[in-house]
Order: sequence, then C-alpha cells, then structure tokens
Amino acid sequence: MRRKEPFKLTAVGVIGFWLTAFALLPNLLLVVASLLERGGDEFVALILTLDNYRRLFDPLYLGVLLDSLWLAAATTLLCLLLGYPFAYLLTRMPARWRPLLLLLVIVPFWTSSLVRTYAMVILLQTNGWLNQLLLDLGWIAEPLELLYTESAVIAGMLYALLPFMILPLYAVLEKLDRRLIEAARDLGAGWITIFRRIILPLTLPGIVAGCLLTFLPGLGMFYVADLLGGARAMLVGNLIRDQFLSARDWPFGAAASVLLTVLMGFLLWAYYLSARRANRGALP
Amino acid sequence: MSEWVIELRNVSKAYAAHAVLRNVTLQVRAGEFLTLLGPSGCGKTTILRLLAGFEPADGGEILIGGQDMRTLPPEQRHVNTVFQSYALFPHLTVFENVAFGPRVKGVKGAALREQVMDTLRMVKLEDFVGRRPGQLSGGQQQRVAIARAVVNQPRVLLLDEPLSALDYKLRKAMQLELKQLQRRLGITFIFVTHDQEEALSMSDRVAVMNAGRIEQFGTPRQIYEAPENLFVARFVGEINNLLGRIVTAAPPRYDIRVHDRVINLKSPYVFGVGDRVNVLVRPEDVRIWREHEGSAEERAALFPAVVEAVVYKGSTVDLAIRLDSGDVLSTTQFFNEDDQALMNLDFREGERVFVDWVHDWETILPHEE
Repeated sequence: MRRKEPFKLTAVGVIGFWLTAFALLPNLLLVVASLLERGGDEFVALILTLDNYRRLFDPLYLGVLLDSLWLAAATTLLCLLLGYPFAYLLTRMPARWRPLLLLLVIVPFWTSSLVRTYAMVILLQTNGWLNQLLLDLGWIAEPLELLYTESAVIAGMLYALLPFMILPLYAVLEKLDRRLIEAARDLGAGWITIFRRIILPLTLPGIVAGCLLTFLPGLGMFYVADLLGGARAMLVGNLIRDQFLSARDWPFGAAASVLLTVLMGFLLWAYYLSARRANRGALP
Repeated sequence: MSEWVIELRNVSKAYAAHAVLRNVTLQVRAGEFLTLLGPSGCGKTTILRLLAGFEPADGGEILIGGQDMRTLPPEQRHVNTVFQSYALFPHLTVFENVAFGPRVKGVKGAALREQVMDTLRMVKLEDFVGRRPGQLSGGQQQRVAIARAVVNQPRVLLLDEPLSALDYKLRKAMQLELKQLQRRLGITFIFVTHDQEEALSMSDRVAVMNAGRIEQFGTPRQIYEAPENLFVARFVGEINNLLGRIVTAAPPRYDIRVHDRVINLKSPYVFGVGDRVNVLVRPEDVRIWREHEGSAEERAALFPAVVEAVVYKGSTVDLAIRLDSGDVLSTTQFFNEDDQALMNLDFREGERVFVDWVHDWETILPHEE
C-alpha cells in the first residue's frame, strides 16, 4: 500500500460528496421520477412506464421544444453578432481601460436578472418609456405593440445573456497574438482573409464556449418568456415549471427535464470534441 | 531605376516623445546581405517595421525598388519578414503555413503544391509537411518561418533577430545556411542582430546603430579594422583604449605620447599638436615580451606591465595585463605550432612582462569620453 495522502483524500472526498449530493442524486431522482406514473397525493405512483417520454413527442410538446430551440438559437446568434465586435474592440482599448470596461460588462450581474427583466417590461409596455420616446420624437403615430411578442422575449434573453457571450470571446481575443495578424498582412492577406483564416479559427473555442453559455441557459429561462412573452410564449423551461408547480405532473416534468439535460450534455460533448481538435495544433 | 533596391532618406520615427530613429539615411544594393547591428533599443527593429509597412515613418522617405512606400500597406509591398518569434500560424500545418502567401495571391492546385514543396525541400522540411508548429523544434520552426517568407519570392527579405532563440551550435549552422540560401536566391537580405560576430561573419555590409542613428556603415572589415568612433570600436569586438596626446604632427604621421612613451603612428585624421586622442588596439594585436626577451634598447620602447589574469581558451590564451601606468589591457595570444618559443604560452599571474602592439594596426580617433 502506498502512503496515505490526507490532503488528497480529503479533497477528493469533499468533491465526491458534493457532486454526489448536489448533482448525481438529484438527477438520478429526476430520471427515476420520469420513469414513473403520475400519482394522486404522492405526486408519483410506483409504476414503471415510458409513457412520459412518449408524450414528449406529441406534436404539441414537440412544438414547444422546437420553439425553445429556435428562440435560444436566435438569441445566441444575436449575442454572437453583437458580442464578437464588442469583445474585439474591448481588446483593442488601451490596457489600463480594459479592466474598467470589463467591469461595466459584469455590473448588470449585481442585480437579479428577474428584476432586470421587470425593468424591460417597464421599458417595452404599451405606455412604456420606449414607446413614449418614439412618440415624442414623432417617429410613430401610436404606441407599438412591443411587449408580449417573440421579439420582446429575444430582446430580454439577449440582455440577460450577452455578458456570457462577451466574456469567453474576450478571453480568446485577448490571447490572440497580434504578431500573427502582422505576419498574415506581411504575406499579402487582406482583412477578410485574415479574419477568415487566422482570427476566426483561433478564436473558435471562445465562440463555441460563448454559444454554449448563452444557448443552454436560453433553453431554460422561463421567467423571461413569462414576463415578456406573456401567455403566447410557452418554452421548455415554462413547460417544466408548469408541470411541477401547476399541473402537478411530476413524472412528465421530470421527463422534459431529462430530455433537456440530455440535449445539453450532447452539446457539451460536441464542444469537447471541437476543443480537442483545436488544441491539437496549439503551441505548447 | 536606381542601383538601390532600398533607400531610406532622412527617416525619423518617435514613439510618444521618445525618438527611436533620427534622420537615418541608408542605401541597400540589390542582392546584398545587409546587417543592422546594435544594442537593444537602438532602432534596428524599427527600421524593419517601417520597411515592412507595419508602422509609418514620422518624416523622411522610404523607397523600395525606387517606389515611394508612404501610402502602401504591408500586404502590397514586395517584402517579407521572418519574425523574431517566428509568428507561425499555430492552427495550420507546415504546408499550410508556407502555402499561406501563394494562396493569397491565387496560386492553386498542382502549381501551389510544387511551389510550396520546392521551398520546403530547400529548407529540408519536406518530411514535416503535415506537422503543426507546436510539434516542431525551435530550429525547425525557424526554417518554416524562412520558407513561409521566401516562397513569395520577395525583392527583399527582412529578418528580425531570427537566430536569437536558437542554441549556440544550431545558430552557427543556421548562419551558414542562411548565407547560402541568400546566395542561391539572390534576394536582398536585411538582417537585424545584436550579435557582432553574427553580423561580421554573414554580411556584405554592416550598419552599426546606436540610439536611433547609424554610427558607421561599411564592410565587416572596415567596421572591425577601421571603426569611425569609439562606440563602434567598443561595440564590435573587444578593444583596448589608450589615451594619448599629439606631440608632433606631420600628417599622416604623428608622434603620440601614450603614457610615458612616445610612438610614431599613422592616422587618416588631421590632428594638431597638443590634441588628445584615443589609441585603440585590438587584443590580438597586442604583443607580449617576457623578461628575458629582447635587448635593453628594445625594451625602452615597450610598456612594462604585470600579468593579472590568464584565461586558457583552447586555441588562444587570453591575458589581462596591468601596465605600470595603471591601465589594464586585454590580449589574445595564439598558439603557434611553427615557433617553439611562442608555443610556450605558460604565463603566470604576477609575472613581469613588456608589451607593445603591431604598429599601424591600431586606430587613432579624436578624443571622446
């Protein structure tokens, strides 16, 4: 037997306990619940069934899933289109300004995103600030219907998730060696070629990380859809919450939850593969 | 067309308030191997960056092939750079790194493959086409950087301390290879280094720079044997500096008092009687006489001294010698197989000796501190 290493054992033990208690067990419970039948007083009845999963593929719920995917994807794309140039410009700022500017990106986190979503309601509602401003400027004759639209949901998610896109992009763009861009210019490349062949491939891990960090939470952000989308927007997140809290159908909620987890796991696996591929060529 | 492939006319450049180049004028012939030599911060790399087009000059003109470069961005100049850090694209293979330039110019298919492989064969990397930079040694990365630049057949190749990251043996080998490559390709090389030995052994001409100015521009031989000022003399090789004063002047010959001896020496400079001068002598030109050598009259013209340190270096013995007047001279004595007397270089520390140097091999410059 090797000599015992108390620190190592303690560290592994704590992490193991933590993961088991707060990640593995709850998820196992969820998986088990998803395989049971809906019960009366006990929420679940101990009868094994795959019926919950079959119901998920009902066109009604499949539509909810596709809507969610579409909204999360649209939000992610917008975050990327807005976040990439922003992060790039951030890295070009004088070094002493950068920490301050990064701080400004992070400041909104200090307020609960729920509160910030309520603030969006005040901005977007029919007699809200944005409509008032447009009316005062004379650009529109009567208030626009801004709130309770798909656009409002996307705007709300964009606002909540943009920092998650900017931060990983900033991290890779910051590391990007400017001399590589000089070398490419020296070899005759114009800006489009440089972006396509040098900057884009080298910042790909950051792009993928940023997309995951916005897409995955985007699938589950039920309160944004609730507050800004009203009754029209039913997303996977809302569906799961409703099954647990209103419909009291725990097994079905659990099944939807498991499906979402599997989907996210699949995306993380894709990220892992792309990161490994990118790393293979990196300088040590 | 002028005879110069590159001309700098009164070029100046400053970062904030700090002047990096002050009125630099430089002309480079086609096919020449030119070295910019100087300590770090002397402005040599800045000249390369101005030529490559990464930065604009504040004043003066830069011409490449007779064409004014003021408004031409780097991607349109017929120069290529080998960067100090190589700046290889880490996500591309060796082949794709080298193919980058030709691809940008629209070379495709078999023609591209041939051009890239020819270049890779030239730098002996044809077996590494599929590797990425991170999987190569420093010397191999260096070759990729060179191949990536020369594959474009530039008029001028700019090399920014390309060998500084390599170990001594590899650096020696690469010096030779670079020189051969330059002869074979006939491309003008502008090579930046702070290593004077590298500069002397590789270049057709050397520009010695200091504090944003060119101190001397000439062949390695001129730079080493006839330095034009004290900076060049001290920076290029080791040198002994003896203070002297002109006693009688009959240009080009002068009687110069050095310590308590008066020596008749030749100089292309014009001095007046009483002028202070620096008499500069290379260590290998210093001659040492042992106590039993030479007659009394002969010794009257020599400087009495004491051996202070002996350093055996294999092919030479280096001595530090303190003159009785106080100055310390460094000397290099070569073993001479033909002369049994000279074979015997077993100097002892503390030994009394007499020294002089091969007259007219010294350099005499107006006095400066």
